[in-house]
Amino acid sequence: MNKLQLFFASRKSWTLPYLIFSVIFVIIPLLLIVVYAFTDDGGHLTLDNFRKFFDHPEAMNTFIYSIGIAILTTIGCILLGYPAAWILSRSKSSYSKTIIMLFILPMWVNILVRTLATVALFDFFQLPLGEGALIFGMIYNFIPFMIYPIYNTLQKMDSSYIEAAQDLGANSYQVFWKVVFPLSMPGIVSGIMMVFMPTISTFAIAELLTMNNIKLFGTTIQENINNSLWNYGAALSLIMLFLIAATSLFSSDEKSETEKGGGLW
Amino acid sequence: MYLCAQFSKDMQNDNKTIIEINNVSKFFGDKTALDHINLSIRKGEFVTILGPSGCGKTTLLRLIAGFQTASEGNICISGKEITQTPPHRRPVNTVFQKYALFPHLNVYDNIAFGLKLKKMPKQDMTRKVKAALKMVGMTDYEYRDVDSLSGGQQQRVAIARAIVNEPEVLLLDEPLAALDLKMRKDMQMELKEMHKRLGITFVYVTHDQEEALTLSDTIVVMSEGKIQQIGTPTDIYNEPINAFVADFIGESNILNGTMVKDKLVRFCGQEFECVDEGFGENAPVDVVIRPEDLYIFPVSDRAQLRGVVQSCIFKGVHYEMAVMCADYEIIVQDYHAFEVGSEVGLLVKPFDIHIMKKERTCNVFEGKVKDATHVEFLGCEFECAPIPSEKIPENGQPVRIEVDFDKVILQDDAEDGMLTGEVKFILYKGNHYHLTVLSDWDENVFVDTNDVWDDSDRVGITIRPQDIRVIV
Amino acid sequence: MQTYLWVLLLLLYAPIAIIIIYSFTESKVLGNWTGFSLKLYGSLLNTNAHHSLMNACINTVAIAVIAATVSTLLGSIAAIGIFNLKARNRKAMGFVNTIPILNGDIITGISLFLLFVSLGITQGFTTVVLAHITFCTPYVVLSVLPRLKQMNPNLYEAALDLGATPMQALWKVIIPEIRPGMISGFILALTISIDDFAVTVFTIGNQGLETLSTYIYADARKGGLTPELRPLSAIIFIVILVTLIVLNLRTDKKKQLQSQKTK
Repeated sequence: MNKLQLFFASRKSWTLPYLIFSVIFVIIPLLLIVVYAFTDDGGHLTLDNFRKFFDHPEAMNTFIYSIGIAILTTIGCILLGYPAAWILSRSKSSYSKTIIMLFILPMWVNILVRTLATVALFDFFQLPLGEGALIFGMIYNFIPFMIYPIYNTLQKMDSSYIEAAQDLGANSYQVFWKVVFPLSMPGIVSGIMMVFMPTISTFAIAELLTMNNIKLFGTTIQENINNSLWNYGAALSLIMLFLIAATSLFSSDEKSETEKGGGLW
Repeated sequence: MYLCAQFSKDMQNDNKTIIEINNVSKFFGDKTALDHINLSIRKGEFVTILGPSGCGKTTLLRLIAGFQTASEGNICISGKEITQTPPHRRPVNTVFQKYALFPHLNVYDNIAFGLKLKKMPKQDMTRKVKAALKMVGMTDYEYRDVDSLSGGQQQRVAIARAIVNEPEVLLLDEPLAALDLKMRKDMQMELKEMHKRLGITFVYVTHDQEEALTLSDTIVVMSEGKIQQIGTPTDIYNEPINAFVADFIGESNILNGTMVKDKLVRFCGQEFECVDEGFGENAPVDVVIRPEDLYIFPVSDRAQLRGVVQSCIFKGVHYEMAVMCADYEIIVQDYHAFEVGSEVGLLVKPFDIHIMKKERTCNVFEGKVKDATHVEFLGCEFECAPIPSEKIPENGQPVRIEVDFDKVILQDDAEDGMLTGEVKFILYKGNHYHLTVLSDWDENVFVDTNDVWDDSDRVGITIRPQDIRVIV
Repeated sequence: MQTYLWVLLLLLYAPIAIIIIYSFTESKVLGNWTGFSLKLYGSLLNTNAHHSLMNACINTVAIAVIAATVSTLLGSIAAIGIFNLKARNRKAMGFVNTIPILNGDIITGISLFLLFVSLGITQGFTTVVLAHITFCTPYVVLSVLPRLKQMNPNLYEAALDLGATPMQALWKVIIPEIRPGMISGFILALTISIDDFAVTVFTIGNQGLETLSTYIYADARKGGLTPELRPLSAIIFIVILVTLIVLNLRTDKKKQLQSQKTK
């Protein structure tokens, strides 16, 4: 056997192509964001980009506003999605599979077309476009990502936990709040990840839903990049990256508490 | 309700019964999981429900716990009818097979779960939890994560979580099944000890006959949704009521025999003295002899049976030998080994021969005559020997169909048979196998065969026309 | 209780229903009914009239198919590799794998944009495909890994023991075992690639290349939706709906047959 054969006989080395790919297309680009964020046009080290962000109330406000919208959307998705997931997990599996399918199906229609259709819906009922439409559109776009992971955890939950709680004297209300809900936390956390993060970073959707009246942070970043303000755009991206890292650290912490699964995939 | 009232009256006379199960059946769709179960459990007893998987033992336990409700019949605990009562209002607690410890709570909170729901004052609660932990030998584990505990430790916490509520009855659903052998043995002793100290009733479900024999005051043997026998471990072991129980509990030689007359039985081509009577003359019976009850020695005049040793295996304390006597293979356990191929004599004392009435001597089905050469039973039409026309009942009245055990033909390829079924139970009868095959028509077909089949094999079933007896 | 689900579904489908309904009228503006007409379907199918829309459509599909195929191969091989790594390396690789998923489209898009401009690469079809492979592969890895975990660890060794070379063992034992994961990974990759907008926008360059998403975006910014998008969306939606129903019915039937057999 020559060296090359030996190399491929060990299946560990099969990671290598993907590792190289990831370094080039994931890790280096992320480092580039950091590099651009801390340099100016001429490539000199600087903190100006960040200073600009903290000095400009507009960008700052958009950032905070976006977080607010994302939180509202996430809460809306949990409030509307949890009952749906709960009902589905109690139904016969063939039935609930079909319904889940129906929830996911609209995802195959292009996100922008879907958004424009939402706009049409608001027009149709002569409702004003604005914050309400924005949150509705966001929930509409992301609720399947909340329902599915919660449904998954609820469905996989060993029924003996519920029985054990009943056995120890819990009525159905207590069974839910003391056992089912805490045990479905991993699903809720994955749902939050799947909804909160993309909501902050969306752009285009917000503009379409509010007739260009409301701008989210994603749009701010995109505009700066489009206007060739790459360094500032990179700095804004880095700020968003920090937020994402913080959220995912929090949720991976939550998740490792009960590593019983959940998750969308 | 009437039964329960009746039962409360009995309570005054006999203050010992705690669980009364009256005529309880449970159906899942068209499958019968429990078939008219009657059982009464005395206060403070350690009762084990024993049976192979799928016999309905867990269903019975779940009916007592309240996770399922009976389709028919009623259940009373301490004189109160609780057939429809939801589980959280029943005075019982359960130790689950896989423990079902809440992963989001630590050991303390798991044990305190039931007490918190009762809104018990904090001090009492802490004291009780500590006492429960001490009881199961887990002091100082309060604040551990349940996932960080070993299987045995989780088991103890599960027990503590149940007993801390001071239930009148503790239900245990195969609680030791997930533990390794050594751990299981230790826990058996501890459970027995705990039962003594707590003084509450234990209802224990297991498929492990040894566990049942070790732990119980009373064993309830179940099979196919029915109770086969209820008795003390000694009774069950020494006086099995039928071939199923004999085969399931301990090892046995089960042979076909004939009761020649009272206290005289014939099997393996020999007549033996025994102690049983009342079977009538020349009645077909099952004969059960435990391997350890047979004496084995070099051939001498004392030998009731003579045979040749076929195999000899060392089992730790004793040797287990298969001895071929005429046509029959008989299993013998003894402290002395006999070489393979050596000729030996066997002897059994009269009171060690257990005689059981045969439940059936041939297959009996209900069927319909289609025409002179066809009958329908087991959901299929079979060709049969011509039936004289005067014997054909009018307007399709049901007839009795009989088929001998050894006339049923089983086929490897399920497609080849007239109908298909699944092998449910295998009994070795010394020179042939007696199989119970559950046909897809949900009726049992009993088969004698020399071929080796395995549990849950799918088989085709064929019966030749001349072997079908139509009885009008 | 079930009504809640149906109300929720009704809300989800209302916009789509509107698109489908208004695909049967000529009006330029969505929401304005000017009588039943199939004209939009006609002009959509007449490729000359809507050259750029059809082009965008073809580009979208081409990019999705290439990206999904490459990511399925890359991701499956990577999954087998990752599965065989030692725990620590596996964790590290798993983390690298989730970065593009966690990042969100916009960060992925910008980071790749910065990569391409830094390297002085002209952006176009290739860069979009590369970008799509970047965010599709993690999903393939995540679909294949569970299959590997479920696989009996002795299968591979059994194949070797019976005289298969490592390559034969791979083809005859491992690949068939993970095939369902690969297929669902491929479908997932296809879906998110077609749906993607943010990453595409940053990596598509200014050479005139357009995908469905960028076309619609440009359209919408101009203030209206090309009317032909309505029939196009309707057709895409119906095709997917029918495919899914047929697939579901087939698996249901298969299951039924199996359960009948075992019964």
